Amino acid sequence: MAHTATTSKGMTFGEAGSALAFGALAFLSIIIAAKAYTPEYAFHAYLFAAASVASVFVIVNRYYERPAALPPLTINGKPNYNMGPVKFATIASVIWGIAGFTIGLLIALQLAFPSLNFDTSWLSFGRMRPLHTSAVIFAFGGNVLIASSFYVVQRTCRARLVGDISPWFVVLGYNFFIVIAGTGYLLGITQGKEYAEPEWYADLFLTIVWVTYFLVFLGTVMRRKESHIYVANWFYLAFILTIAVLHLGNNATVPVSIFSPKSYIVWSGVQDALVQWWYGHNAVGFFLTAGFLAIMYYFIPKRAERPVYSYRLSIIHFWSLIFMYIWAGPHHLHYTALPDWAQTLGMVFSVMLWMPSWGGMINGLMTLSGAWDKLRTDPVLRLMVVSVAFYGMATFEGPLMSVKAVNSLSHYTDWTIGHVHAGALGWVAYISFGAVYCLVPWLWNKKELYSMKAVSWHFWISTLGIVLYISSMWVAGILQGLMWRAYTNLGFLEYSFIETVEAMHPFYIIRALGGALFVAGSLIMAWNVWKTITSAEAAEEEALPAQPVLVAAE
Amino acid sequence: MAHEKHEKVDAVTGVATTGHSWDDIEELNNPLPRWWLWTFYLCIVWAIAYCIAYPAWPLVSSYTKGALGWHSRDAVEVELAALKDQRSGMTAKLAASSLEEIKQDPEMFAFARAQGKAAFGDNCAPCHGAGGGGAKGYPNLNDDDWLWGGSLEQVHHTIQFGVRSTNDQGHSGTMPAFGRDGMLKREEISQVADYVRSLSGLPTEKGVDLAAGAKVFADNCAACHGDKGQGMLELGAPNLSDQIWLFGSDKATIVEGLMIGRGSVMPAWHGRLDDTTIKALTLYVHSLGGDQNR
Repeated sequence: MAHTATTSKGMTFGEAGSALAFGALAFLSIIIAAKAYTPEYAFHAYLFAAASVASVFVIVNRYYERPAALPPLTINGKPNYNMGPVKFATIASVIWGIAGFTIGLLIALQLAFPSLNFDTSWLSFGRMRPLHTSAVIFAFGGNVLIASSFYVVQRTCRARLVGDISPWFVVLGYNFFIVIAGTGYLLGITQGKEYAEPEWYADLFLTIVWVTYFLVFLGTVMRRKESHIYVANWFYLAFILTIAVLHLGNNATVPVSIFSPKSYIVWSGVQDALVQWWYGHNAVGFFLTAGFLAIMYYFIPKRAERPVYSYRLSIIHFWSLIFMYIWAGPHHLHYTALPDWAQTLGMVFSVMLWMPSWGGMINGLMTLSGAWDKLRTDPVLRLMVVSVAFYGMATFEGPLMSVKAVNSLSHYTDWTIGHVHAGALGWVAYISFGAVYCLVPWLWNKKELYSMKAVSWHFWISTLGIVLYISSMWVAGILQGLMWRAYTNLGFLEYSFIETVEAMHPFYIIRALGGALFVAGSLIMAWNVWKTITSAEAAEEEALPAQPVLVAAE
Repeated sequence: MAHEKHEKVDAVTGVATTGHSWDDIEELNNPLPRWWLWTFYLCIVWAIAYCIAYPAWPLVSSYTKGALGWHSRDAVEVELAALKDQRSGMTAKLAASSLEEIKQDPEMFAFARAQGKAAFGDNCAPCHGAGGGGAKGYPNLNDDDWLWGGSLEQVHHTIQFGVRSTNDQGHSGTMPAFGRDGMLKREEISQVADYVRSLSGLPTEKGVDLAAGAKVFADNCAACHGDKGQGMLELGAPNLSDQIWLFGSDKATIVEGLMIGRGSVMPAWHGRLDDTTIKALTLYVHSLGGDQNR
C-alpha cells in the first residue's frame, strides 16, 4: 500500500498495525461465531466481526483520503488540538444519558407497578437494572469523562493528543464495549457482579481500550508545554489508572471455553465479596468521584473565570482522597461473613474520607469567591455549583452510613438508593451537564448555547426531580429499616416482609415522578445541544495564546 | 510568599496566586481552612481510637482483637438470647399445653396469636396472602370452608404435614385429569361442568342437557365430591355446592380443571418450624375462620 501516487506517502506503523490487528480480530470473531455454544454469544461474535471489518475499511479509506503528512502538532506556534474524538464522545454522552435515565424511569415504575415488565424476559427488572446502571455510569458518565479528559488534557498541556488512530480507538472502542455490554444484559449474558456484569470477552476488549486510553492520556501529559501538571489531570490520571487496576482485579475469571460466553471468577466466597466491593466502592471513588472532580477543576474556574481557591488544598485533598478511598469498600459488607477487622477498617477509612472529599467541595465552591453574582445570570455555572453542593451532601452522608450503628438501619433499604442518586443525579450528572453545556459551544465554535432559558428550565425541572427522588427514598428507606427491626412487646416481629414492601408503594411512585422530571430535563438538554450545533451564532476565531498570559513578576 | 519569584496577587481577593497558569486557569495560594484541617485530624484520631477499641488490623494468622473484646457474632448471640429469654416463659407454657388449653387461656392465646401472626407473615403469606385472604389456587383461610377440616386438630395436622407434600403423613387426594387421560369426552366434560355450576345455583348455558351432566357426575365425581357435590373432608374434595371456588366458578375454569386435574401442594412445616411455632400458627390460622361449618 505504500506504492501509491505520492511516493512519500506511506502507511504509519499505527495504521498498518491496527488494520492488521482488526483483520485478525475479524477472522477470529467469525470462527468463534461459527462454533459458539449459544446464539447470543454468536450474535456478539458477529458484532465483533462486523466492527472489525468496518474498522479495517475505515483505516484504509482514511489513509487514501488523507494528505501524505499527518496533522502537525502545532500550527503557527499554536497547538493543533485534536477535537474529533471529543465531539463524538460529547454527543454520545447526551444520547446514552437519555437512554440510561429512561431505563431508570422504567425500572422505578416497575418497582411500583411490577406488571410493567410486560412478562418478557428482556424487560425484566433483573436485566433492566444493570442496563440502567451501566448506561448511566459507564455509557453516559464514561463518555463525559473521555470527552472532557481529552479536551482538558490538550488545553491544559497545550499539546495535541498523542496518537493518530488511538484516540479514535479509545472513543469508538469504548462505545462498542457499551453496545456489547448492553445487548448482553438484554440477552441475559451476565457474570452477576454488580457494576461489572459484562462477561470475560467484553472485559478483555475493554482492557485493551482502557490501556490505550491510559497511554494516550499519559503521552499527552508528557508532551505538555507547561512545566507543571494541572490538578484536573492528576485526577484524570488517578481515575484512569485505578479503574484499570480495579477492572483487572475484579474480573479475574476463567472462561469455560473461548466458544462460550460463560466464565467463573477466581475469587470465592467472602473473598469474592470483598474484591467485588473493593471494586464497587472504588468505581464510585475513582470513576464517579476522581474523574468528575477533574471535570470540576477545569470547568468551574473556566466558566467562573476565577482562579482555583487553594492550590495547597488541592494537593492535600487529592492525595488523602486517593489514599483513603481504596480502603473503604468493606463498609458495603457490614454485619456479613466478612471478618470484623475488615469491616472496622472499611468503616474508619470511610469516616476519615469525609474531609478529603469536602476538600474538593471547598475548592469547587470557593473558586466562586468574587464571582457569586454569576450564579444569577449563568444557569450553566448554577448547575455546576449545585452539583458541588450535592457532592458535599453525598460525601457527608456516605461516611455517616458507613458507621456500623447507622448502617444496621440503612443497609439493604432504599436509603442507600437515595444516597447513590444524590451523588449520581446531583453530583455526577449535574457536573456532566455543566461540562456538556460548556463543551458544545467551545467545540463547535459557537458564541454561546442556543438557549440559556432552556438551560434554566433544565436546571429547575431536574432539581425538582432530584429533590422528589432523594427525599422519597430517605423516608422510604428509614421507614423500611424501622419496620424491619420493629418488635411487638411480646417479642415478635411486628411486620412481615410483604407489609414493608406494601409501605414502599407511595414512595416508589414519588420517586418515579422525580425520575420522569429528570428525564424531561435531559431531553431539553439534548434539544438545546442539537440547536446549538446546528443553528447557534458562530464564534469569532479563537485567539489562543501561544504563550502563557501570565508574565511572572520579578 | 515573598521568596516566590513570580508573585502575582489576585485583585478580587487580595490573595497571592501560585504563578501557574493553564489555559488561563490560575490557582490562589490560600492556606488549608483551619476548621477543615482540624476536623480531618479529629476524624483520624477517632479512627485510631476506634481501631484500638475494636477488632481492626490483620496479623499473620490472627488479627488485633480490640480492647473492648467486642465481636459481631457474639453480639448477635447476646441479642438473640435476650429475645429468647423475653419469650421463654410463655414459650415453655405453650410447649407444655394442648391446643385447646392454650385457646382457653387468654394470656397464652394472645401470645400464640402474636407468634402465629409473625410466623404466618414470613412463611405462609407468599401463597395465602398477608391476611390469609388466599389467591387463585391458594385457599382463603378467613372463610368457613375448609378443604381438610377447620378444627384445631385438623388445622394442626395440615400445617405439620402439608398437602400432597413429601411427608408420608401429609394429606393426599387427586383430582384426575378426566380430559387429558381420556376418561371423559369433551362433550361429557362440558355437560358435567354445567351440572356442577347448577349445584351452587349458577346459571347454565342454554339448551344444555343437565340430566346427562348429572349422570356423568354420578358415575365419575360423586365418589369423591359426594352425590350432591357436598365434598368430602377425608379426600380434600371441595364442596361444589357452595359459593366458594378455589380456582374460579366460570365454566372455562371448571372445564380446565376437568381436563388437566388439580392438585395444589402445601409443604409440610414439621421439621422446618419448631413445634411451638407450629402450634402458634395453628391457633392463629384457626382464629381467622376455623371450626365453622365443617
